[in-house]
Formats: sequence, structure tokens, C-alpha cells
Amino acid sequence: MHALHLFIFTRRPRPSSSHVFCWKSDVSSSYGSTLRYKNVERMKPIGKHSLLGASGEISDFQEILRYLDELILYDNMWDDGNSLGPKEVHNYLTRVMYNRRNKFNPLWNSLVLGGVKNGQKYLGTVSMIGVNFEDNHVATGFGNHLARPILRQEWHENLSFEDGVRLLEKCMRVLLYRDRSAINKLQIAKITEEGMTISQPYSLKTYWEFSAFENPTQGAVGSW
Amino acid sequence: MFRNQYDTDVTTWSPAGRLFQVEYAMEAVKQGSAAIGLRSRTHIVLGCVNKANSELSSHQKKIFKVDDHIGVAIAGLTADGRVLSRYMRNECINYSFTYESPLPVGRLVVQLADKAQVCTQRSWKRPYGVGLLVAGLDESGAHLYYNCPSGNYFEYQAFAIGSRSQAAKTYLERRFENFTDASRDDLVKDALMAIRETLQGETLESSVCTIAVVGVGEPFHILDQGSVQQMIDAFEIVGEQEGPAAEPDAAAGQDASAEPEPEQGAAAGEGVAPMDI
Repeated sequence: MHALHLFIFTRRPRPSSSHVFCWKSDVSSSYGSTLRYKNVERMKPIGKHSLLGASGEISDFQEILRYLDELILYDNMWDDGNSLGPKEVHNYLTRVMYNRRNKFNPLWNSLVLGGVKNGQKYLGTVSMIGVNFEDNHVATGFGNHLARPILRQEWHENLSFEDGVRLLEKCMRVLLYRDRSAINKLQIAKITEEGMTISQPYSLKTYWEFSAFENPTQGAVGSW
Repeated sequence: MFRNQYDTDVTTWSPAGRLFQVEYAMEAVKQGSAAIGLRSRTHIVLGCVNKANSELSSHQKKIFKVDDHIGVAIAGLTADGRVLSRYMRNECINYSFTYESPLPVGRLVVQLADKAQVCTQRSWKRPYGVGLLVAGLDESGAHLYYNCPSGNYFEYQAFAIGSRSQAAKTYLERRFENFTDASRDDLVKDALMAIRETLQGETLESSVCTIAVVGVGEPFHILDQGSVQQMIDAFEIVGEQEGPAAEPDAAAGQDASAEPEPEQGAAAGEGVAPMDI
């Protein structure tokens, strides 16, 4: 089980009217306190319109991917011009997570589901106990505490894609400095009406020469 | 259709490859009072004739709301129709609960058809004796479907089922090319005209028929008697004005529904010109 942070936010590029999303997550997975795997894709496309990101128990995430695979398969088998969009998938996941919680056998994940369908953008989250909501920006785990305050200050409706990436990188850098289970290897996903792309893993530039990082325990009484 | 030795069981084929019980079930639909449906790109209108058992009783409900975006009109065994409506409502509500999204009507009619098919292939069941005109919206727009007791379903621009539906079908066949881009109100007028065709001379009044509408931005609802009567009065007056072209005698403007009615009925019977508004 690993407690990884992942966060996503949405914005619309001017002047085009199509909606674009931006997501980031790092690619690590821990085994207890051991940072065991360093190349785990925690974001996956679902159907034509959605992207799912998860933190928590990776095996449960894989199970959820199997459920969604079956869901999308049956949806495609209708072959009738209708398709499940991000809102439908999000609500389906909410039902699954909440039902498992009620049986005292939860899927130990925090999920983020976003996408664009027919020009409508959607971003939502579901927790392992079935709490779900939509917002303009969401995060899991530490991201809620460290990244969302930044996003609350700096997110606005008309962010361009490049500015969005920069904002997310700012948030990820904070998480990298402060979350011990984070590694400096992350992916970014871009979702538009036309489709989605997940980047190859890359690293952020970090700076460790801050004077506060030297003698960090200077002012801490009783520390060594 | 005559009795024969292959029509006892629904699971018995005739040598000609027919399932007579299924065909008899379709006969039941033809005996029910008429129901019609027509659609444009954005709206669908359902209409039915209200038949009461006797003067003392009320008429049977033949149009049911299934969800905000789907409604159904039935003809045949109304009890079977009610049961199927309950099934449809259940499916819609379950889908909405799971996906927070309306069930596409195209998927609902397939489920309904598959349910009807089961009854044509079990020796301990009988086919549903009701035909359903399902009106609904999905991602690709407005749709009208007809579901048979046989388990078949078809999509229509306009259709009529039940007794004397052929008269309505003839009217609809003449007019259907205009429906795609028609306004909602014109669609309702056409529905009323089609219903009038099935009445074969009886007066068209709001007490005799029920009209329901569903469309983009307009949830399924049954129009109240007052509005229906207003629309009847409106187009009958227009009909009256066209009347002099066909029959110089029908000059009385005021009593639209009362005494010029027989002439109007006659005009409707020969009636190509007044209808082509």
C-alpha cells in the first residue's frame, strides 16, 4: 500500500472553445515504508472520454480497472452511438466504492476521474469510503493539504495549457520536497475533446541549497 | 386468421414457419384503441384515443411517463402495458441512480424487445398482448420506436397502432416529410389531425383524446385538457377557412366543434385540400 499524491485540475485555453485538462501524478509505488517501484502508471484512460487516476492500494486500482474494462466493453457492444462519459463513469465508481465500504471491505483507493465529452468538461473524485464530489481542481492524499491551497489561490477559468502545466509543476515540486513517499519522476496527462495523451515520465528541477535546509534542526529543542 | 393445429403453444412452429400465438398477440394490439406517435428533430408527440367501457366508466390510461426524457403510448391489453411501463420505469431509475445520467431510449427499447422475445420462446409463458410506441431522447436526438409483442422493434418518423390506425397512418404518410423540421406546436396539430382520422367522423374533442409531448429542453408530460381543446379549436377554425375551398356551405365560423362537424368530417374524409396547410 502506498500513499501517493496525485492531482489534477481543469482549465480552458483561450481562444478555442474546446476544453482541455491537465493531470499529474508521480510514478512511484511503495511497499510499506519502502519506496519499492519507480515506474508505475497510476493514470489510465477509460473509454473514449475519461481518465482515471488513483492513489492508495495499487492492486485495488488494478481491480477497478478490470471493472471499468468490462463496463466499457458492454457499453461499446451496444454499438449505438451512445457512450459513457466521465460523469457516468464517476458515478459508477462512486456506487462501487460506497457499496464496498458498506460491506466493510473497501477498495483502498482515492480516485480521480476527469474527461471531456461533447464539449463538457468534468472533474470529480471518489474516496475509499464513497465520498464523491466535483470541483475545478482535486487532489488525493497529501495533495489535498499541500497542493490545493496553491490551486485555490492561482487557478482560474482561463488558464492556458502551458500555465496549467507550470502551476501543476509548482504543486508537484512542493509535494516532492515535503512528501517522503514522492519521487522526482512524474507524468502529465492532457485531455481534450479529440483524445488524450499521457507523457513519458520526466523530472522536475529541484533546489536543495535553501538555507532552511541546512541545519534543519537548529531551532528545534530536543532534536538531534 | 383461422384456427389450426399449430396455434395452441407459443413454442410450436407451423409448417410455414409461423408462430401463431405470437401473431394472435399482435392481433390483440390491433383491437386496442388507437395510439399514434410522430417526431421532429427535437420533439416527439404521442397521442391516443380515450375509449371508455361504458358511459358510466372512465377511460383507460394509455400514455405513461417512463422518465423525464421517455414516455410510452400503448395499444392492446392495457394490463400488460402497465406492467411493461413499470419495468421501463425501473430500468430508467436504476440507470439514473448508477450513472447520474438518463438511460438512452435506444437501449431501453432493446431491453424491452429482448424481454418480449423471452415470452415467445417459453412454453409456460405467453407473449405480451400490447404494442408500445416509445418516445424518447438520447445523445443523437429525438426517437420514436414501436415495440411489438413478437420482440421486434422498429424506429419510425411517425406511426399509428390500434383500431382504425390505418386512417391515421395514411394521413401521416402524406405529411411525414414535413415533420423533421416542424415546430413543436405544428407537430401537436399533426398529431391531433391524425387522431381525428381514426375517429371516422366522430367529433374531435379533448375529452376523446390524450396528447403527450417530450423534447429537447421539455420533459415528458401529458398536455392538459384545456390546452388540447384550445389547439383543437385553433386548427378547426383554420380547417373551416380552408373549408370554403372544398365546400362552400361550411361558412359558419363560430361553432367550430359543434354543427359544421359532420361537414368537417366529410371534408376530412375526401379531405386532401384542407389538411395541406
